[in-house]
Amino acid sequence: MSTQKKSKKSIFPHRHLLSADDLKADEITYLLDLADNFAKLNRKAAKKQDTLRGRTQINLFFESSTRTQSSFELAGKRLGADVMNMSVKSSSISKGETLVDTAMTLNAMRPDILVVRHSAAGAVELLSQKVDCSVINAGDGSHQHPTQALLDALTIRRNKGKLARLTIAICGDILHSRVARSNISLLNTMGARVRIVAPSTLLPANPERLGVEVFTTMKEGLEGADIVMMLRLQKERMSGSFIPSTREYFHFFGLDHEKISYAKPDVLIMHPGPMNRGVEIDATLADDPRSVIREQVEMGVAVRMAILEALSQHLPKSCEQ
Amino acid sequence: MSNGRDNITKPIALIHARVIDPATERDELGGILIEDGLIADFGPHLAKNAPEGAEVIDCAGHIVCPGLIDMLVFTGEPGEEHRETLATASRAAATGGVTTIVTMPNTEPIIDEVALVDFLQRRARDTAITRVHVMAAMTKGLKNEEMTEIGLLLEAGAIAFTNGKNSVTNAQVMRRLLAYSCDFDALIVHYTEDPDLRGNGVMNEGEVASRLGLPGIPKLAETIMLARDMRLIIDTGARYHSATISCSDSLELIRRSKRQGLKVSAGVSINHLTLNENDVGPYRTFCKVRPPLRSEEDRQAMVEGLRDGSIDVIVSSHDPKDAEGKRQPFEEAAYGAIGVETLLPAALRLYHNEEIDLMRLLRTMTINPATILGLETGRIAKGAPADLTVFDLNTPWIIDRDLLQSRSKNSAFDEARVQGRALMSFVDGKRVFHFSNQSAAYTKKPVFSS
Repeated sequence: MSTQKKSKKSIFPHRHLLSADDLKADEITYLLDLADNFAKLNRKAAKKQDTLRGRTQINLFFESSTRTQSSFELAGKRLGADVMNMSVKSSSISKGETLVDTAMTLNAMRPDILVVRHSAAGAVELLSQKVDCSVINAGDGSHQHPTQALLDALTIRRNKGKLARLTIAICGDILHSRVARSNISLLNTMGARVRIVAPSTLLPANPERLGVEVFTTMKEGLEGADIVMMLRLQKERMSGSFIPSTREYFHFFGLDHEKISYAKPDVLIMHPGPMNRGVEIDATLADDPRSVIREQVEMGVAVRMAILEALSQHLPKSCEQ
Repeated sequence: MSNGRDNITKPIALIHARVIDPATERDELGGILIEDGLIADFGPHLAKNAPEGAEVIDCAGHIVCPGLIDMLVFTGEPGEEHRETLATASRAAATGGVTTIVTMPNTEPIIDEVALVDFLQRRARDTAITRVHVMAAMTKGLKNEEMTEIGLLLEAGAIAFTNGKNSVTNAQVMRRLLAYSCDFDALIVHYTEDPDLRGNGVMNEGEVASRLGLPGIPKLAETIMLARDMRLIIDTGARYHSATISCSDSLELIRRSKRQGLKVSAGVSINHLTLNENDVGPYRTFCKVRPPLRSEEDRQAMVEGLRDGSIDVIVSSHDPKDAEGKRQPFEEAAYGAIGVETLLPAALRLYHNEEIDLMRLLRTMTINPATILGLETGRIAKGAPADLTVFDLNTPWIIDRDLLQSRSKNSAFDEARVQGRALMSFVDGKRVFHFSNQSAAYTKKPVFSS
């Protein structure tokens, strides 16, 4: 047991979790294995561990969140940490200044782990340079949301037994999606075949350079897919008109019974939430037996426990600067 | 308009005709046999003898060509039916040998919704005697802010997307619109005129405007936005048709884009091929059009563009305006001139002046618009819909606006001396227009049926 722990320790060398790009395949496997165990633990009555006893975890959310924040809070508490939630409403003050100031202030309070969400891409990394503790990116703008990619990977692996060589279609608002960017990166690392499906106006520039196959129709994009991952239209990030209407969007890009029939019969339907039924996914399809949307939420807690535990191995025993 | 199926009547044989089909460059004496609304047969063997049982129409050596297609027709339906309805526009079209009109979305309400496209198609089916295709708005309310439901509108039957004469000034909106239209292979038809550069201009900026003391519209207003669009086409790869160009600089832009292999086509209005700024003369408001009538050099450039194929399509830019709108000082008068009925005789001026040969001229009103719009018509081929025009090439006559079929009378060709005109129009094999006696003088009443 102790030797195994030692080898695990060497396999996860990171102090922060900022981007799925930073994770190598064996590190991802390690986290998923760890999370698998936590998933089992989470289904027991006694869920409490003491890995993080005495440690302080601050959830610093500059953007509102329901599932991610509560998932991180539960994960921290189940590992025995003291968890504090801070929701900072975006103000009219220049965000860069506010962010750094807030980081310095929090740093002085000697937290061990900071979980940060911010509306600006790169903000979490900037913050990580200013503090002494471990930082976990819980979403920065349209850039990264690495724990989402990990929980998606865990959900897929538990249902399909593997990630390599699966065909995964990520559909919808790719342009504004940090979930898509994290998943593309992580799934590519794990050897999956990733497709993105969206109208041209919701694709980032040079999409094919991201290591994906690009489609602008659902029929072609879903053909033979093992996994269909739907994304929410990120209206709050849109300026101007990217699509004519949600009615047209649903007609051509919303997942309905006809479009899902192009995928493999044993396809999994996934959605990072929050879902807009009737916009990107048919109301009944979200509750279909092929849907693993609720399992994704469950795996969210397990994956976050795994990453907290993995990072805690690098926390200093005491602060003596 | 009706389709072939509920139209099973006696076959019709057009004999003693000069059959011209620009799609195949055919020009020969012969005939055409129409059955069940389709072209069943054609060729020299039908020149003199019609098959048994067919209704024979002797064309007396006149030309039979594919029914003309006019890609740019404004009507007043819905909302301003006193200017023009689909019914009156289609009668004007049929009388001019035009068997397909494409209507613009600048109506009240603006055609930017699936239900409105559906409504117009039903109205056309019930009231129009020619084919009517609906061009839908490409931005909601023509406000240049949000694109319309291009995918759903296409499914509803919209043939292409345009902003009428409200140019899309916002380059970001235009870029997204073009990118989005690509996913559906939709055709974007844009009239380019920068409203800031147009300012309060009312006619071509140049010597004539200077003498008349009228504020001018520079050619730059057209070319700057067209140049922008061409850059956006490179970026997006969209299918783009420039609705009406009017000057040589625009022509150069189109030529360059075509050389680059972009999916670009261009139209020119009959006004800009046959009139110039001098026709404004003593403040003739019927010659107040958009784009404005340009210089003679520009007009010649337009004809040259037509000859070398850089310009694909001639349109009438038919824009009916009531007398109140036109009976005004030039600066205050409404823009626009009717033209669908006089399109062919005005275009034949170019032929009679030896500026272009007949085959090339007819191509721009038949197979070229049909190809751009993806229509089955515009050609003489076995199995194609029998949309045909019979016209007299030579007889001189004087256009009298009071005898035109359009509900509005704002013709830029009033009192113009022309040669040649349509004698009959067939839509889906049905003769929808002919003169009460085809060999008689042109003062005879036209006869319509639907």
